[in-house]
Amino acid sequence: MSDLRDLYQDLILDHTKRPRNFGQLENANCRADGHNPLCGDKLTVFLDLEKGVVKDVRFQGSGCAISTASASMMTESVKGKTRAEAEILFEKFHRMLTGPQGVEFEESDELGKLVVFSGVKEFPVRVKCATLAWHTLNAALKHQSEPASTE
Amino acid sequence: MKGLSEVLAPEARRPTLSLDVARIREDFPILKQQICGRPLVYLDNAATSQKPRQVIDAITRFYSEDYSNIHRGVHTLSQRSTQAYEAVRTQVQHFIHAAEDREIIFVRGTTEGNNLVAFGYLRPRLQAGDEILISGMEHHSNIVPWQMLCEEKGARLCIIPFNDDAELLFDEYEKLLNSRTRLVAVTHVSNALGTVNPIRRIVEHAHRWQVPVLIDGAQAIPHLAVDVQALDCDFYSFSGHKLYGPTGIGVLYGKASLLESMSPFQGGGDMIASVTFEKTTYNKIPHKFEAGTPNIAGVIGLGAAIDYVQSIGIEAISAYEEELLAYATREILKIHGVRILGSAKEKASVLSFTLEGVHPHDVGTILDQQGIAIRAGHHCAQPVMDRFEVPATARASFAFYNTKEEVDALVNGIRTVMEVFS
Repeated sequence: MSDLRDLYQDLILDHTKRPRNFGQLENANCRADGHNPLCGDKLTVFLDLEKGVVKDVRFQGSGCAISTASASMMTESVKGKTRAEAEILFEKFHRMLTGPQGVEFEESDELGKLVVFSGVKEFPVRVKCATLAWHTLNAALKHQSEPASTE
Repeated sequence: MKGLSEVLAPEARRPTLSLDVARIREDFPILKQQICGRPLVYLDNAATSQKPRQVIDAITRFYSEDYSNIHRGVHTLSQRSTQAYEAVRTQVQHFIHAAEDREIIFVRGTTEGNNLVAFGYLRPRLQAGDEILISGMEHHSNIVPWQMLCEEKGARLCIIPFNDDAELLFDEYEKLLNSRTRLVAVTHVSNALGTVNPIRRIVEHAHRWQVPVLIDGAQAIPHLAVDVQALDCDFYSFSGHKLYGPTGIGVLYGKASLLESMSPFQGGGDMIASVTFEKTTYNKIPHKFEAGTPNIAGVIGLGAAIDYVQSIGIEAISAYEEELLAYATREILKIHGVRILGSAKEKASVLSFTLEGVHPHDVGTILDQQGIAIRAGHHCAQPVMDRFEVPATARASFAFYNTKEEVDALVNGIRTVMEVFS
């Protein structure tokens, strides 16, 4: 049961219950749909990208606590960042969750409060829940026409 | 091997609510373990059921003592294997009350059975403008093969709707049947909702239009006594792994006259009578549909599983599981925020539910941390989820080795979920 608290930390539950930047972004100039075919989670990420900077970002969709909280915190983390900075953050977040088990993640400082998701690594089937929003962000940044997928 | 019939008291084999579950559980080695420091509570039986020692031992013994290829050797082991393999065919015939053993085709599972009907039976007969009729509560395996055919042939897939209790709207079904209908394909028991469909009536009405009927029996076969002649269905498919048997083995039953009229599904060894480069003559049914070396050990395991189920008695299993489902339904509804999907009058062994404000995947993870295995997701029945406007459900599904104490553990587990999210 102690593992449960690692996964469902207060910060995650807070973002699940009150997701930030939730809803459509009217003046979005980039958007992408994300889909986890395994569980059916779907979300859309909207970006207002100006001169390579994420001026605004919102998301919409339905998913589990982990995927909703991750999407919510992703929007907070990338707002104001350049495209390159957001992409680096995505890669670090991804590495934190998919790196070898039992090895401490060395770039925690750079992820800030996103490290709250490090516990998800111990729940392999839930890693995709945490990364869906980030895959979708990545697709939106790259203007991909195909929906992002966790597969 | 000591069958259950030898160890159980005679009264335990009659339809009764007092199965000796403690004794039955001793037969399932996997149930003895702990998950996350708690005793395993396995409630994912609709996905797949666990295997009794009798099945595991039968497969081990077959590989250790009798194994060889079938239908093609004069040596002793090949004869033993062939005999054992064909004996299971007869056993399946009796289990589902088919008229003849040649009406039993061994396939990989329900999915392959459905596809065999789609591509072996319907494809050569289907034309543009024809219709295939399925229900709104089908598993993807009884949707996608028909969509593939419709796309190829320009035919139409028509859907029988169901009401909020998850019962098929029979009037709508009658209206959908017409002279363009070429096949009705309906599940016996819904995997996502537990509804037991009125198969006999469905078949009767289809036959008035001379339309053959395929029944997807994947969820029905472990819970209900199935009599394909009484149902009068034309095809019936099921999987071994949901019936306490191995994976990778299943059965397609078909009426002999229909099977004989069908083209082979796959070409290869064992399905031929003679082969030259100019012409091949196909073997008779059932061998015409069993190309290549089949899952021989799987068939042996399936036979042991049927033996096991029959030693308890399918009626006794049905009655016990019905009581367990009623108890679980009652208890789970006491929790505030629970919504059960599927409240058909005729229902089997499946409890699909949602918790207000909690996604089913979180339910699944938190229950797993308490040793409780359930399924969370769309259950390969996305149209059912759409019908109820939910992205997914949590599903507890029961087998005869489950107990009321395990239901209590589930209910307590759900209360913990609610606490985490309160």
